Amino acid sequence: MKVNANNFVPMFKVNLQKQDVQEAVHYATTLAYHKRLDAMFAYGQEHGEALRQQAAEAKRRALRNLPDLLEKAEANMQANGIEVLWAADADEANRMVVDIARQSEAELIVKSKSMATEEIGLNAYLEQNDITVVETDLGELIVQLDGDTPGHLVTPAVHKTKAAIRDLFVRELGMEPTDDAQEMTMAARQHLRRIFLSADLGISGGNFIIAETGTVCLVTNEGNARLTTVLPKVHIAIVGIEKIVETVDDYATLTQVLPRSAIGQTMPVYTHMLNGPRRADETSGPEKVYVILLDNGRSRIYDSTYTEALACIRCGACLNACPVYRIASGHAYGWVYPGPIGSILTPLFTGLENAKPLPHASSLCGSCKQVCPVEIDIPGMLLDLRRDLVAEGLSPQVWDWGMKGWALAFSKPGLFSAGGTAARLGTNLLGQNIPFTGAWTNSRDMPEFADKSFRQLWQERSQEAYQKGASDE
Amino acid sequence: MELPERPSPAGKRVSLFATCIVDMIYPQTGMAVVNILEHLGIAIEFPLEQTCCGQPGFNAGYRNEARQVAAQFLRAFKDAEVIVTPSGSCAAMIRHEYPGLFADDPDLLAQAERVAAITWEFTEYLVDGLGITDLELSLPKPASFAFHDSCHGLRMLGLGQAARTLMQHVENASIYDLNENDVCCGFGGTFSIKMPEVSSAMLQNKIANIAQCEADTILTTDVSCMTQMNGGLKRNNIPKQVRHIAEVLAAGLPTNTLVGLPKDKTQ
Repeated sequence: MKVNANNFVPMFKVNLQKQDVQEAVHYATTLAYHKRLDAMFAYGQEHGEALRQQAAEAKRRALRNLPDLLEKAEANMQANGIEVLWAADADEANRMVVDIARQSEAELIVKSKSMATEEIGLNAYLEQNDITVVETDLGELIVQLDGDTPGHLVTPAVHKTKAAIRDLFVRELGMEPTDDAQEMTMAARQHLRRIFLSADLGISGGNFIIAETGTVCLVTNEGNARLTTVLPKVHIAIVGIEKIVETVDDYATLTQVLPRSAIGQTMPVYTHMLNGPRRADETSGPEKVYVILLDNGRSRIYDSTYTEALACIRCGACLNACPVYRIASGHAYGWVYPGPIGSILTPLFTGLENAKPLPHASSLCGSCKQVCPVEIDIPGMLLDLRRDLVAEGLSPQVWDWGMKGWALAFSKPGLFSAGGTAARLGTNLLGQNIPFTGAWTNSRDMPEFADKSFRQLWQERSQEAYQKGASDE
Repeated sequence: MELPERPSPAGKRVSLFATCIVDMIYPQTGMAVVNILEHLGIAIEFPLEQTCCGQPGFNAGYRNEARQVAAQFLRAFKDAEVIVTPSGSCAAMIRHEYPGLFADDPDLLAQAERVAAITWEFTEYLVDGLGITDLELSLPKPASFAFHDSCHGLRMLGLGQAARTLMQHVENASIYDLNENDVCCGFGGTFSIKMPEVSSAMLQNKIANIAQCEADTILTTDVSCMTQMNGGLKRNNIPKQVRHIAEVLAAGLPTNTLVGLPKDKTQ
């Protein structure tokens, strides 16, 4: 997917004006945020925090041992009858999918949700190769029918109101107009059921791959992953290399925090653990299963100081907690991964020069870090990326000069005091009309500066006390 | 919190770190802290060599410049036994970031770790450091309050209860809830002018919540948040104010003990 992250501010402003998007996103994110609190801490604060630590440890250990675990995962998947392919980049992954589709003579592909496939632009590539692909996650279906892209990691249609979706279904699915959510969902279900039953190939992502057993793990609420991966003759799972976990126990920990962190569920409606194609004594399942392990920049990030960013389990909790995301919503971030984690992944994957605003699109409030089920230090990495922007000469020159001036004035008490006096005089004279302060005064009044600085008051007080003491003697 | 344990500050002389904003714009906040500590019989000094913690530069990605300013902090406080500051974000900068900022210089690193281990935000100093839960204060007139939980204090320092504890027993103070009290006001330091539209949009949500709050005054542990919120309240003609908790607490002290506070700021 093409990156447009340098336009964060203009796109933010556009979304700010869309009242229906503001209401939809605020409602969905605050609801998910509160449901997460209830679910994660159902057994008390300590228990929930301990679970987070356990999940963080499982992912950190997996990352530490990633090279070995990848080989172990491959071996165990192969033992399960899964064909394992390694894709260095998006192009290679896309070509692999088309090759497999051609070999299988697949004309209709069904997909369950996968952000990795958004990352590599799989759908567009398939369309270019005259292969029809239908999204089966309800949110992704909505977004696909509308010619749109996902606005959230977990709930792709978060930015759409029910009314907008109703109109879309009337137009694209021939649905009878209704505002009843269940009826609308039934319309989608009927539409997709026909498609599922005639699909030749199913593509999924992977929430986790368990190295110990060679198992591909998926979660959904609609059951679309089940129909995607079991009904068609061929199943391809495209999974980022960072999704490997070491053991079934680690998976057990992570599968507890994922649905709770995402939308406050104790379990998703469907949890799948796929161990390969249909066995001789089984009556359902695909004949052939492929897992494409995707790099596309992950090993480069692994070798950098930002390895921790690969611990992300794509739960979306940071988006729901983020006061900036709640207003900006996903598209403002200009690429596949929005919100706090996206503000780190986009510059890391696509280059800092393509995402200059993103490390700054945060007040560093820390809510993201507080909710992350694997304790990623998002604010810390945002600060590091801001440092990188300066070090790589991508910061505006006026800031370079301004900061040097600030450092000089604020490291010398004499200059600092003089500067403070000037500022007080200036604001008292000019009121709200101070030059170069438009960024502040466009929407906020300047504070009232006091006549004397604290240090002046302190020194006067000390003088008085000294004089009083002297006169008492 | 991954921050290391601090030795008890009880019985030790306090060196006040006013912070650049308090020193330059809100001296009454610093004086309020002085009044409260002197009322408690705590010896307090103000090292005149102090300027700023360096957070603006650090925040904006200018590590060298931030280090330059932070080095002045180390010089100013080299003899301090306990450092108290009326700012959660500055305390967080010192405790969380100073060691990393000076990691390359063993001598400065030792100084950085030393100050990180003796720095206290004002409310946590009183409640967690000294174990005070009731300052025995009485406001001159009945007043209503709610809390805005400043982000650095809440999430990096684990503050939150201390401010509420201190206000709990204040006579003539009624405490109300503020909707979305722990959602960021949008200041974020340099963020407020680097991303002014985003900062302002977040501020709009915050002042809408304040306008609907039953309390007249919102309390905060950070004048930075206060500046953002008051700036928005004034611009939108909302007749409520945000105040630093130290000033409100000081207003509850016996008036004949107050020094350095202009009369009208004590209400």
